[in-house]
Amino acid sequence: MAENILEVDNVVKHYPVTQGVLFKKTIGQVKAVDGVSFALRAGETLGIVGESGCGKSTLSRVLMNLERPTSGLVRYRGRDISTLRGRGLKRMRRQIQLVMQDPYTSLNPRMTVGDLIGEPFEIHTEVAPKGSRRRKVQELLELVGLNPEHLNRYPHQFSGGQRQRIGIARALALKPEIVVCDEPVSALDVSIQAQVMNLLEKLQNELGLAYIFIAHDLSVVRHLSDRVGVMYLGKLVELGTDEEIYERPTHPYTQALLSAVPVPDPTVREHKQIIRLTGDVPSPANPPSGCRFRTRCWKAQDLCAEQEPLLTTRARTDHPSACHYAEIREIVATHEG
Amino acid sequence: MIRLSNLSVSEPGYTAGAGASRPLLEVENLFVEFHTREGVAKVINGVTYDVRAGETLAVLGESGSGKSVTAQTIMGILDMPPGRVAGGSIRFHGRDMLAMSAEERRKIRGEGIAMVFQDALSALNPTFTVGFQIAEQYRIRRGLSRGEAKRRAIEILDQVKIPNAKQRVTEYPHQFSGGMRQRVMIAMSLALDPEVLIADEPTTALDVTVQAQIMDLLAELQRDRQMGMILITHDLGVVADVADRIAVMYAGRIVEQANVHELYANPGHPYTIGLINSIPRIDEKGQELRTIKGLPPNLMRIPSGCPFHPRCPRAEQVCTQQLPPLLQVGPTRASACHFAEEMVSRG
Repeated sequence: MAENILEVDNVVKHYPVTQGVLFKKTIGQVKAVDGVSFALRAGETLGIVGESGCGKSTLSRVLMNLERPTSGLVRYRGRDISTLRGRGLKRMRRQIQLVMQDPYTSLNPRMTVGDLIGEPFEIHTEVAPKGSRRRKVQELLELVGLNPEHLNRYPHQFSGGQRQRIGIARALALKPEIVVCDEPVSALDVSIQAQVMNLLEKLQNELGLAYIFIAHDLSVVRHLSDRVGVMYLGKLVELGTDEEIYERPTHPYTQALLSAVPVPDPTVREHKQIIRLTGDVPSPANPPSGCRFRTRCWKAQDLCAEQEPLLTTRARTDHPSACHYAEIREIVATHEG
Repeated sequence: MIRLSNLSVSEPGYTAGAGASRPLLEVENLFVEFHTREGVAKVINGVTYDVRAGETLAVLGESGSGKSVTAQTIMGILDMPPGRVAGGSIRFHGRDMLAMSAEERRKIRGEGIAMVFQDALSALNPTFTVGFQIAEQYRIRRGLSRGEAKRRAIEILDQVKIPNAKQRVTEYPHQFSGGMRQRVMIAMSLALDPEVLIADEPTTALDVTVQAQIMDLLAELQRDRQMGMILITHDLGVVADVADRIAVMYAGRIVEQANVHELYANPGHPYTIGLINSIPRIDEKGQELRTIKGLPPNLMRIPSGCPFHPRCPRAEQVCTQQLPPLLQVGPTRASACHFAEEMVSRG
């Protein structure tokens, strides 16, 4: 087993809800991320799935040190990233890079592709001395499957898939160890999505990257991930290998989520069992007591309202699940055969 | 022209009325182009499809394939200019809508054909209550009083299963969650009892669990009201769940049209094969996904011959020169590929 390079320890991120203009007072907290722990190993892909508002993007911002956690720690190679300053912080930033979701808004329209990809070198001059930058950028373009001659083009001259490749090239410029991908393919068409996923996989094999792959599309996450964490309302509710999560899910939310995924095979539609959740996700400003999923859960008992279930391995499970009544249930989830 | 007449699906409880033998809505050889400063973009290049009562036709395609523009042309909400219908006809109950007066078309909109849009937040007016926006139709189109119209609005909100409809009718769109807002949109489109419902990516903006709820609701309403439904989507999973027939679009043309089971089991066009292969599958985890190489064409410079030929793994000389017509290649299937027969018979 590879060493842990990133450790997330009970990370909490609350945003204050304020009222008033002049005399602002805090009237509540949006609990975007509320106690998430996991570890990332060198060279692996950890998928994080969850629906909108579950805190997966806030989590990525905390991992990138763009947000300071309210409490808890993120350790990169044993060092708490939020206490780093100056040169130490700069060194750490080189190692963790981000690929953003929307290839249309994440690239500055007034910069050429060469400038966009080369910009990291301006800050981290030690990676590429001035004279070699152009060549480095061309190498990166080639690495992500773009024409190295297109250095002087602007983002609008590229399609969505190509722009996402530019975003990936930029993230790889500093040779990071970890790349956090926040919904990297969700804005792309199916045929292009597959191309970008193949690219991500190829880059991982060639460069030994570790990915944190955040997405809402369960089949995409499964294809790329070694391990998967499922988030609901700021909490990690289940964590396991892709097989454990997809073949033997134990948390009711994971089960419902998997059963709701449309299967691209019309022959299963008659005998497919969809677990229909009622209602909507509660507000993260005022989450339910105890287990946060209990308001939509068909298994909920009194205990669920009183006691918060911990993310641990239980009697009838083989991997951590945050449910008092965790139990394996088979779900026809993704396309097979 | 090919009419896939024997594709219509009779559901249990489907009563063959006077119009049963004839499709409700027929789009025939439709051409739409956009005149821009850079040139003419040929967005729709001869689309033909039809929908019958009680049937769901899924129109599948990637962005820029022309699936939404076709729907906008049917509804008569295409911006003209820059858009222009360059040919073809759209018949509703046999009457050509493109030849009608604006007044006649307005009567069909809502009552004959209604549409559900992708993004409910931008499709609803943020400055009026949802009740007002729904009731408006009853007041203007049915001449009902304010009170009666409001009562009907509550009724229809109930039908789309919005809990507590009586209170919620006075709320504004921003007070609803994404899924509930989409229900409001559906209620609005159903207010005047349309015969055909066009749903343009109705669940694309929603989470999976909510998507399942909305698709269930649409399927149920369609069954109960025996509406014809055109479901526009790019999601092969959603299509497999609800469609009776599928039309696959590429570069403004229909490249394959087939019954849903046949299309997935044995696709008859290289583009359809490519799409189905691009979906990550469990049994091929860790392997490279089979992709479609290259990019969709620029609609101002559509390739000669078959527009798919630069991306097609089996393209030959003939493909670069001759545009393959959409031909019947089986009892319930048509494909626009020079090698369709070969592909289908091989299985």
